[in-house]
Amino acid sequence: MARVVVDVMLKPEILDPQGQAVQRALPRLGFDGISDVRQGKRFELEVDGPVDEAALARIHDLAESFLANTVIEDFTVRVEEVAEAVK
Amino acid sequence: MTARIGVVTFPGSLDDRDTQRAIRLAGAEPVALWHKDKDLKQVDAVVLCGGFSYGDYLRAGAIARFSPVMEPLLEQAKAGLPVLGICNGFQILTEAHLLPGTMLRNDHLHFICRDQKLRVENAETAWTTDYTAGQEIHIPLKNNDGQYVADAYTLDQLEAEGRVAFRYLDFNPNGSQRDIAGVTNAAGNVVGLMPHPEHAVEPLIGTGRTDGLPFFTSILKKLVNA
Repeated sequence: MARVVVDVMLKPEILDPQGQAVQRALPRLGFDGISDVRQGKRFELEVDGPVDEAALARIHDLAESFLANTVIEDFTVRVEEVAEAVK
Repeated sequence: MTARIGVVTFPGSLDDRDTQRAIRLAGAEPVALWHKDKDLKQVDAVVLCGGFSYGDYLRAGAIARFSPVMEPLLEQAKAGLPVLGICNGFQILTEAHLLPGTMLRNDHLHFICRDQKLRVENAETAWTTDYTAGQEIHIPLKNNDGQYVADAYTLDQLEAEGRVAFRYLDFNPNGSQRDIAGVTNAAGNVVGLMPHPEHAVEPLIGTGRTDGLPFFTSILKKLVNA
């Protein structure tokens, strides 16, 4: 079994009010020197069968049409190695 | 003969009954549609109402947009079927790319619920002919994700084509670009806005005015005279 990770982030030019709220809370918590925070979404897709080019292309389509709204968001698709489950 | 106007209920829709009531008050016949319906029961127009379909999971409207009922709706809206999206319904229409742009979290991060002043910028859409261009109206606004955004090119195009249908007046309640409260497609049959006209159709409730009723009388006149 393989895992494919899709990361979705707001485009750089899109205001991220949630990220700003997190950033503004940092000094209060004693964390200094962080000038910007952007909040995104990470999807972990457990794929049955081989993750070949065709499977990745389908996941790319899925990300583009559903997981991300490309009006405001960018996304990346990558395969993550999963350690075999210990029996 | 009167017009039959469908109101779609998704899991998490809230304002379907209010919308049906507004349609009835305007003199048309409301028809309940279910998100799993595969046809639109031959209605003459459809309203996608407010609420939190699928709990706003993923993005507001993103999951509802792939409901079975959306297939015939998309096809018929492109062929001219009048469709009005209110609040979550507007979000669903942008997710379905029937309307441009999309909605982000309110810039101040708070849920907002207030009587909102708007200017009707386009009184020629299927849903706004009973207004006059430039008319100022008060209708309720209530949402989390109401900040309208689109790229500058799209915004310029909307302005140039008169497709900004409604604009917030006096106060921008959510950071929407260019104070945009609602937009229309190029043909004028698909309209979406964040504020809730269906909550302003009787003097007793809402803003105490009936400023939202012309949405429903506009479409009725259009359909009956068609």
